[in-house]
Amino acid sequence: MSTEIAARVRNEEWKASLTSERALVRWALLVAALGYLTLFLFIPLAAVFTEALKNGLEGYFASFQDPDALAAIRLTFLAASLAVPLNLVFGVAAAWAIAKFEFIGKQILITLIDIPLAVSPVISGLIYVLLFGAQGWLGPWLAEHDIKIIFALPGIVLATTFVTVPFIARELIPLMQSQGREEEEAALTLGASGWQTFTRVTLPNIKWSLLYGVILCNARAMGEFGAVSVVSGHIRGLTNTLPLHVEILYNEYNAVGAFAVASLLTLLAIVTLVVKTIIERKSASSRSAHDPAWSTQPGSPS
Amino acid sequence: MSIQVDHVTKRFGTFTVLNDVSLHAQAGELIALLGPSGCGKTTLLRILAGLERPDQGRILLHGVEVTDQRITDRRVGFVFQHYALFRHMTVTENVAFGLSVLPKAQRPSPDKIQKKVDELLSLVQMRAMADRYPNQLSGGQRQRVALARALAVEPKLLLLDEPFGALDAKVRKELRRWLRRLHDELHITSILVTHDQEEALEAADRIVVLNQGHIEQTGTPEEVYEHPATPFVYQFLGDVNVFHGRIAQDETVPEETVRQPPAERDSSDEHEVTFVRPHDLELSRSRTTTTQLEATVRFVITAGSRVRLELMSKDSSQIISVELTKERYRELRLQQGDVVFVHPRQLQVFKMPGPP
Repeated sequence: MSTEIAARVRNEEWKASLTSERALVRWALLVAALGYLTLFLFIPLAAVFTEALKNGLEGYFASFQDPDALAAIRLTFLAASLAVPLNLVFGVAAAWAIAKFEFIGKQILITLIDIPLAVSPVISGLIYVLLFGAQGWLGPWLAEHDIKIIFALPGIVLATTFVTVPFIARELIPLMQSQGREEEEAALTLGASGWQTFTRVTLPNIKWSLLYGVILCNARAMGEFGAVSVVSGHIRGLTNTLPLHVEILYNEYNAVGAFAVASLLTLLAIVTLVVKTIIERKSASSRSAHDPAWSTQPGSPS
Repeated sequence: MSIQVDHVTKRFGTFTVLNDVSLHAQAGELIALLGPSGCGKTTLLRILAGLERPDQGRILLHGVEVTDQRITDRRVGFVFQHYALFRHMTVTENVAFGLSVLPKAQRPSPDKIQKKVDELLSLVQMRAMADRYPNQLSGGQRQRVALARALAVEPKLLLLDEPFGALDAKVRKELRRWLRRLHDELHITSILVTHDQEEALEAADRIVVLNQGHIEQTGTPEEVYEHPATPFVYQFLGDVNVFHGRIAQDETVPEETVRQPPAERDSSDEHEVTFVRPHDLELSRSRTTTTQLEATVRFVITAGSRVRLELMSKDSSQIISVELTKERYRELRLQQGDVVFVHPRQLQVFKMPGPP
């Protein structure tokens, strides 16, 4: 009996030795990885909250009593609440078209969706200034009709939307491609209309990935700095979003205020990550359950 | 409902998938579209369903042209090779789908839908699995649910696209017999696409053999098996030995010396090919006629209901497959390396244009 166990242990050790390094190497790698994470992630994260709470909870909450801070919070939520639904509709439509249909210019569309990731956000903002700014192409016409885009809410929403275009579409495209068109075709042959097919077959199949994309998109929309900074004009209480407000406070040496507002964004990031992990787990379990490899396995009961 | 396919042509880019295909199915028939992959059989089925549009030609269902009718209006049941069950719905919800998407005025009450679903699930022997999700079912079970789902909308036409193609051999066999019985009960005009000749021969009333976008032969299983119209059909429906023979002025002298008068013979100088099924070859230990072909036994496979032998012709080193009954094999007491004489009981000669 005991020899049997010993043999099994030896076998396990032997198997493990096939794929693992010596103890010294393992420890060195672990320390390096943890050190790296501590230096670049944990310390800054801790610093945000330490600085924010330096004057105690009272000082922390006082930072949010400032009308400008409240306005920045409102503006950020407003911009995100417009940009995210826009990208939701666009992302689903684009992913649907790319994954389920063949058309001329498909590759171009895929490339276009990736542009915001490739272009510096500052450039994205500048494009809108060039287009809609006072000296821009459409500037005079807009001025004539008294439409304000740059240094106003529309510009902020436009810049935010542009920067966050890829998040939902890119999340959905691979999933929808792997799911193919058969279920939709089945729904059509069963008499469902296009809209019924979409709401009752397509949407339920992509819901977790869609939610995941929305959350990433929202996080980015609220945190966007570069593009918004260019088009906002930094008018306090009017066109300052949260990230811009943090910058202003910091430049005014109001460290507690800056970090308190920053802690809001940090909290948002943490909440996003937690939700993202939960959703990832959900969608992974529903995806693996529908793994096509599984379905081709001959089933024993029939 | 009768089906008429009228000179249908379909191209994908420059590739012609279907080339001027016409066929007719009577109401209540079960027709198999049989052919190798890429022959256009699935495309034809998808055109019938309305999932593809033909470039030329017309589709008539029950005498009414439906070529431009929308898929939703055709009332056609479609069963997919990979089931295409709605993965987020239970078996019951899947089967009820077609009824639940009907316009309010035509939609049955939830009770009626449930009753109909129960009936259909009993029909496909899946009632016990009503609350399961597709990923909790085996392939055979999924395909039965898919069939129940297609039947729920009471289609006038049932199209099955390699329905058992993804299943293992045993389940496939069971299901095709079950499908045949089901068809005899329901009498829905059905078209079964398959590349499995056994499946077509066993399940269908009539077989349409497709090859490279055109119909090679249409007929009952017996007709296409016993009297193949073309070399392709001969080769596709079962194992075959092919002997290349060139016709001299007065008599056939196939290289493989299967000296059998060919079925029909012209005096022309065409290239002729002789086809013999492995079970139509008789073996003997000694030469009885001069026309027999001398060969050596290379392999013997005794597993299975019949004994399969692989011979090598003495003259041309061609490999010849032979199938014997167990009794005959025992009588002959054959072993690897033995010399035998081969003699066809039945053969078919096809004339091919051009030199061999």
